[in-house]
Amino acid sequence: MTKNSRWANIGFQIAALVLALLFTTLILLAAGAPPLEAYQNILTGAFSSFKKFSDVLVSWVPLLLVSAGLLVTFATGLWNIGVEGQITLGAIATTWVLRELQDSSLPPSLIIFLSILAGMMGGALWAALAGALKTFGGVNEIFGGLGLNFVATALTIYFIFGPWKRPGVASMSGTEPFDEALHLYLFPGLRLSPWALVIAILAIVLVYFLLQGTYFGLRLKAVGKNFRAAYMLGVPTWQYMMLSFLICGALAGIAGAMQVTSVYYRLIPSISSGYGYLGLMVAMLVNYQAIWAAPIALFFAALNIGSIQLPIVLKLDSSLSGVLQGMLVLFVLIMEGIRQRISQRS
Amino acid sequence: MKVELRGIHKYFGNNHANNDITLTIPSGTIQGILGENGAGKSTLMKILSGFIHADQGEILLDGKPVSISSPAEAIRFGIGMLHQDPLDFPPMRILDNFMLGLPGGLFPNRKEAAQDFNLLKKEFGFALDPESYVDSLTVGERQQLEILRLLFLGARVFILDEPTTGISAAQKAKLFDTLKKLPEQAITIIFVSHKLEDVEVLCDQVAVLRQGKLVGEVKEKPFDTKKLVEMMFGKEITLGARQVAERHGCVLELNNLSIEDARLRLNDVNFEVEGGEVIGLAGLEGSGQGAFLRACGGIVRPVGGSVRLRGRDLTGKSYHIYKRNGVEFLPAARLEEGLIPGLSLTEHFILAEKSKGVFINRERGVREAQSKIASFNIKGTPAHTVESLSGGNQQRALLSLLRDPLSLVLVEHPTRGLDIESVIYIWGKLKERCRKGTAIVFISSDLEEILQYSDRVLVFFSGKISQPLDASTTSVEQLGELIGGKGWAS
Repeated sequence: MTKNSRWANIGFQIAALVLALLFTTLILLAAGAPPLEAYQNILTGAFSSFKKFSDVLVSWVPLLLVSAGLLVTFATGLWNIGVEGQITLGAIATTWVLRELQDSSLPPSLIIFLSILAGMMGGALWAALAGALKTFGGVNEIFGGLGLNFVATALTIYFIFGPWKRPGVASMSGTEPFDEALHLYLFPGLRLSPWALVIAILAIVLVYFLLQGTYFGLRLKAVGKNFRAAYMLGVPTWQYMMLSFLICGALAGIAGAMQVTSVYYRLIPSISSGYGYLGLMVAMLVNYQAIWAAPIALFFAALNIGSIQLPIVLKLDSSLSGVLQGMLVLFVLIMEGIRQRISQRS
Repeated sequence: MKVELRGIHKYFGNNHANNDITLTIPSGTIQGILGENGAGKSTLMKILSGFIHADQGEILLDGKPVSISSPAEAIRFGIGMLHQDPLDFPPMRILDNFMLGLPGGLFPNRKEAAQDFNLLKKEFGFALDPESYVDSLTVGERQQLEILRLLFLGARVFILDEPTTGISAAQKAKLFDTLKKLPEQAITIIFVSHKLEDVEVLCDQVAVLRQGKLVGEVKEKPFDTKKLVEMMFGKEITLGARQVAERHGCVLELNNLSIEDARLRLNDVNFEVEGGEVIGLAGLEGSGQGAFLRACGGIVRPVGGSVRLRGRDLTGKSYHIYKRNGVEFLPAARLEEGLIPGLSLTEHFILAEKSKGVFINRERGVREAQSKIASFNIKGTPAHTVESLSGGNQQRALLSLLRDPLSLVLVEHPTRGLDIESVIYIWGKLKERCRKGTAIVFISSDLEEILQYSDRVLVFFSGKISQPLDASTTSVEQLGELIGGKGWAS
């Protein structure tokens, strides 16, 4: 019985994938582009060389961090859409610490460590704001988070064109890049940092165990599934809700810190690169189960990187990957709905 | 309309909810369907009304086999269902509700509908104003509206699923009067209940279900109550004598307590409860007993006075502090306030226990769940989610989550919607607590339950509280009068 339904589940997931591909193909055909060639280009763009695959991993790191954080807030029944702003605040805090300490006599590795810590706290602070708005102000976290996202973007622009502007010219290309000594160590010849990779993997593993096997995780789930009853069963509900926000914000903040210390080496206007929203899609797609987050995030990262060369080769916009990702989420949700209807009937 | 069910089978997973049920109901009969919680009554009725499909078997209406695929189709065949909670639209006018579900164009004819409504209403002597809003109606009046609506839609078979839950005695009498008029028009009524007395008063014949099977039918009145009970439970059941537990000193002390909620205010309550004692709170819903009970557990914050628990002043503290001092509250809305849908029984036991370290020991949790399931006689496995349990088993699960020892247990409607076997079982468990020195304060709208199980009774009437009554010397009639507002010094 359960074995059967598991196979049926996988069948529905595959059907969702096929339908998503089918619809994206239709869109490509409508736009007059050759679909097969486009898919082939995405594949080669992501996997044709070790270098390219390492680029996929570069994109995987922040996505995995953000998804891990969102799994925690989703478990608590929270739609932490403010995760974009939390990434941004992480990046701002990291940049701030790096700028403050870059001329000090502290060892560079310590400065980097402190800056990542600051990023973590920056993200957590931004999440705590959304959490406080919800717990004490009764503002739904979706509205609070969305508002804070705009504030975070505005802050970035303010710093880039204001106090942190490059000497002489302030530009959209961001703040003055940091000295090479303050870059996170990269694999030679690649853009990938082993540290970033380790942190991201550690994050998802920790979240997995947190949600699967701890009292803390079970209480978070209880709060998410029935706030009132969780309180009656003795769970300090609002405290757990705040903790959940803090954890997600901290992980998003680390993602922002990684973007600054190992990808851009400066603060740029769109530092969060939409990883927050993408992370929301990953979390929904894996049906809030941590174990699937890593492969799905990798798949999304591959789509991102693979589509980079579409504009050059096929004169297609690279947002095609976004179309495919969005389609996938929609169809998986639709198939899930259909599956539930069918299982209710029988 | 004559209704025939032939060889109905329905499975939910491994649960054989309806097992080969064959039943013939002649036109113009009031058919009772009796059975304890989870016996398969609701499943059978859902099949007949098109909410779910039988896995096997057929339905014949006036001798013709039909296939009913949805509730809308059921009503086209003339089968209408009156739900436990009336399915209406409170923010709308009565007339708009009445017209819902009418086949008709984009622009319904309100005038014509109003005429039809008034005609029907007069026939049954209902006092419903078509232009007033549904939220202003009592449950009983909403049932009247639903009956009129179904009649107007052309229903020839009425299914009523536990219609007497949550309505007053007067409303029940009115409902029964109405129902008794329907068979004259060759309308068939199927009355689903676990309340023997309702079935005895109303029905012409009774079918009894147990564990998914039709175990017997009785067609001659008066029914033999003892025989019906035996059929329902497979054995004889008696309530047993009243029990009084030994006293264990003062547990709860209320001094000049004042409580306020949106509608009313309770002023200067002084009351003491001793360990081992059971206090029943009676009154019409919303007379202040709910706020009172919650104030005893810190869930509602009093606006004046003090609450002392075993001598310790806990006034204004949160429920979690009360909990730490040995108080537990069991809400009536089990799945909304008490249990967490989506989590298994095991997970509930793990949540309720004191955490031992960071990591959960699942195996121990499952063992713990198994032993609780066995000792509380819960029909389910450790992996079952709470929403998949029947109401009686959910209540048992809630009880099994109570910690040990406790000073005070506050219970809202401990046995609402439960069959008599569960009632006896649950009170057995609660009384066990009393013998260990726990005090119990509970709300119930079932007067017999209050008199059977309490030591003292407080009656609430629009924010006033009676002197404590000795349950052993109070009669149901006396209690009923107080609840209705008679005999209060003004």
